[in-house]
Amino acid sequence: MGLLSLAIWLPIAFGTLLLAVGRDENAGVVRAIALVGAVASFLVTIPVITGFNGSTAAMQYAENLDWVPRFNIHYALGVDGLSMWFVPLTAFITVIVVIAAWQVIEQRVASYMGAFLILSGLMVGVFCAMDGLLFYVFFEATLIPMYIIIGVWGGPNRVYAAFKFFLYTLLGSLLMLVALVYLYFKSGGSFDILAWHKLPLPLHTQTLLFFAFFAAFSVKVPMWPVHTWLPDAHVEAPTGGSVVLAAIMLKLGAYGFLRFSLPIAPDASREYAWVIIALSLIAVLYIGLVALVQQDMKKLVAYSSIAHMGFVTLGFFMFNTLGVEGAIVQMISHGFVSGAMFLCIGVLYDRVHSREIASYGGVANTMPKFAAFAVLFSMANCGLPGTAGFVGEWMVILGAVKYNFWIAFLASTTLVFGAAYTLWMVKRVYFGDVANDHVRELQDIDGREFLMLGLLAAAVLAMGLYPKPFTDVMNVSVAELLKHVAVSKLN
Amino acid sequence: MTPMNWPVVYPELWLLVAGCAVLLVDLFTSDPERGPAYWCTQVAIAVFVAIQLGDYNAGSTAYGMSGMVVVDPMGRLLAAFAGLSVMLTLAYARPTLASRDMQKGEFYMLTLFVLLGISVMCSANNFLVVYLGLEVMSLSLYALTALRRDHALATEAAMKYFVLGALASGFLLYGLSMIYGATGTLEIPKVFDHIANFRINREVLVFGVVFVVAGLGFKLGAVPFHMWVPDVYQGAPTAATLLIGGAPKFAAFAITIRLLVEGMLGLAVDWQQMLVVMAVASLAVGNLAAIAQSNLKRMLAYSTIAQMGFILLGLSAGVVGGSTVTAGNAYSSAMFYLVAYVLTTLGTFGLIMFLSRQGFESEQIADLAGLSRRAPWVAGAMTVFMFSLAGLPPMVGFFAKLAVIQSLVTTGTTFNIVLAVVAVMFSLIGAYYYLRVVKVMWFDEPVQTAPIVRGAGVSALLALNGIAVFVFGPFSGGLMAMCRDAIVKALAN
Repeated sequence: MGLLSLAIWLPIAFGTLLLAVGRDENAGVVRAIALVGAVASFLVTIPVITGFNGSTAAMQYAENLDWVPRFNIHYALGVDGLSMWFVPLTAFITVIVVIAAWQVIEQRVASYMGAFLILSGLMVGVFCAMDGLLFYVFFEATLIPMYIIIGVWGGPNRVYAAFKFFLYTLLGSLLMLVALVYLYFKSGGSFDILAWHKLPLPLHTQTLLFFAFFAAFSVKVPMWPVHTWLPDAHVEAPTGGSVVLAAIMLKLGAYGFLRFSLPIAPDASREYAWVIIALSLIAVLYIGLVALVQQDMKKLVAYSSIAHMGFVTLGFFMFNTLGVEGAIVQMISHGFVSGAMFLCIGVLYDRVHSREIASYGGVANTMPKFAAFAVLFSMANCGLPGTAGFVGEWMVILGAVKYNFWIAFLASTTLVFGAAYTLWMVKRVYFGDVANDHVRELQDIDGREFLMLGLLAAAVLAMGLYPKPFTDVMNVSVAELLKHVAVSKLN
Repeated sequence: MTPMNWPVVYPELWLLVAGCAVLLVDLFTSDPERGPAYWCTQVAIAVFVAIQLGDYNAGSTAYGMSGMVVVDPMGRLLAAFAGLSVMLTLAYARPTLASRDMQKGEFYMLTLFVLLGISVMCSANNFLVVYLGLEVMSLSLYALTALRRDHALATEAAMKYFVLGALASGFLLYGLSMIYGATGTLEIPKVFDHIANFRINREVLVFGVVFVVAGLGFKLGAVPFHMWVPDVYQGAPTAATLLIGGAPKFAAFAITIRLLVEGMLGLAVDWQQMLVVMAVASLAVGNLAAIAQSNLKRMLAYSTIAQMGFILLGLSAGVVGGSTVTAGNAYSSAMFYLVAYVLTTLGTFGLIMFLSRQGFESEQIADLAGLSRRAPWVAGAMTVFMFSLAGLPPMVGFFAKLAVIQSLVTTGTTFNIVLAVVAVMFSLIGAYYYLRVVKVMWFDEPVQTAPIVRGAGVSALLALNGIAVFVFGPFSGGLMAMCRDAIVKALAN
């Protein structure tokens, strides 16, 4: 079994084991198995990083088996510089989620942990799949555990949020399915993504394919105006659900643009780049303002996620190295930062059971250690130099300047808006006088919470201070991608 | 061609003998559980399946009874699947029969006769044999629906089923007589030849085809001939519902292929248009009406109508611009869809019977509330069934939908690609009501607290059924290849 297969199936095997044997009576064992499974799944992704060869754009750790011969579907896996970092990132976030749920989830622990482990394996599968249909199977299958997670452990309005999440995402994906089958037909019976990259297609076909993929990925990212499921899902989901949703699931959509839209329909991508750019700028500007007026902390971070993901899509469609690399770096850093932001909200929510900003004030007085972490992550969220949030945004803005000054100008307003909504929340929640008795009675974070926040803080700082390892591995792949996109595929 | 060639009809003869034997065996047993009759029936069907599968691929097509019947891989495969689904149906149904006044020898005998009719239809090579098989099956099913005599809903359902079923048979017979009048033959291969080679008045043929398609539409339960489906599914005792909704679909598919494809492929341009209209209407009506249902059986009935729409779409993609190169692909996708659908349906109705008990039918969607806490394995199986019907990977339902969409898209015509988009959009609507069932099982608190009394056997069977739906998806390559092979051989005749 190859390394990537192991990274996919190990967490799924652990998750299935938990579903099969776990009961609430033996919750302690369940938690232990879940942690072992998550850590083991993370450890098997370490060799993916250390053994990765950054000097080639070819697929590495490739595996290829016949799967459904009737349709020539293969079980084909592989990673390149575009996708490599998401494999360990997914496994890492899953470890954090398991730690975060340790004491918080008391009901149906086994199902909760099992769902997250299975989800983790499926998401790794999305990033590794090199067969169009295998990609689709993983992409769609992630909906099932997330639907259950939101619906079972979510907040009061969880049913509505779970349905909205599921149906919105399914709408886009079904159009993508038709597009995938059409590509299968056009390529003479192959689901091989790399073969599709080379397939010449007339412009109107490319346009249809581009918009079919756009339907799937823009909902997942999510881009304005199909973003409305995200705030609902985030608000209702349990903390772990929000973390995974923001840190990994949104990236599935962004990754799809890189793997499908750009290389398969390069001419249509250039033709309709303005659509993406316009929608991304709306996300950055308008959603930034929307975030400013939120009363609910989770909603605020959810809207800030949309704005940050707007940066990602913007970077992709600048068609230059800085833009694309910056966007990928932004995806990774947003994985750490947004995950950490939701965890911070979770820490407060577990104690006070409120997500309203107005319920807090002066938390720094009673929870100094926690406030230090929270402020660090908030700074990263508004892109302070030295934190992970800065690197990606800076690179995308530089890339945008090369493309068009005014786009760069509008995009860089995010630094103002981002700082505004994040710091204003920090001020209202953490600083000032102790607002009420709830805040006065707060206990500072314990060892478990310190561990999970500390791990994320280390990642955020490491990436902010020394991003070179992250960008080095993607240089060649991004250059190859851009070279490919620059050449017309019309015939 | 030997005149009689008896081995060709051995499976049917076996079922006929077994049916009579079961009735006799039952006369001499006093067991209120009807154990001997049940086990004899199961063994008889198992032997039947073994005969069918044993040499399903043993060389070329064979004819018997002076060309009245044919055995080919498609017929054998469909009959074997029908036999397997009847076996599963009986296993699910048995614990519920006694309390519903249906635990009688007649139940098993009639079930065997249903299968006999199905088997006859699968191997029919003549218009009259098609009709004969259809009536053997239908009359037995009417009787099965009415078996619960003192139950008003069941009686009403039986009446409706009988009246509309008889009407449909009439349509079919009228259409076939038109074709007979125009071509001068009842034998399906000769009809095909005559349409291809002689100058036959096309109006008469198309007139006949309209009635044939209407009759088949009734049997498949496609809009606008679907009126009986919800009432019968809901009203009939669940055991009978499953007998109606499972195995007979294989027979309906078999005669659709025999009549329309093997007999009247020359008129494909005409009947394909009708199928497309019926398919889109079925998808629309089935999916939209299912949303409004609170009765699980009625919801599943509408979902069946929608699923039939998908099968009809597969059937309508066979002939493109007069060329039949895509035919094997298209019809085998429909066949695979059918197998996937029946496998899933067996589980859903099996679950309804599993949850029912004396005086309580567990037919409402709300009755499933909190099932994930009361019976996690069963809830898990039902979740798999629902996601499979909704077409989510990695369940088998996804691969079935993929097969049909693929058969549409690879025709390469804009019209068929638009049809594929329409189909997936309707399956998005469909996802809503399947998700609602999952929601009730997982997100809601249990309302029913009475313990589930059924034995471990049925529960294990349900779990196996769930695993099959789950596993047949990713590992469906073999089954797909079998379907394709069978269809290609049937077309080659």
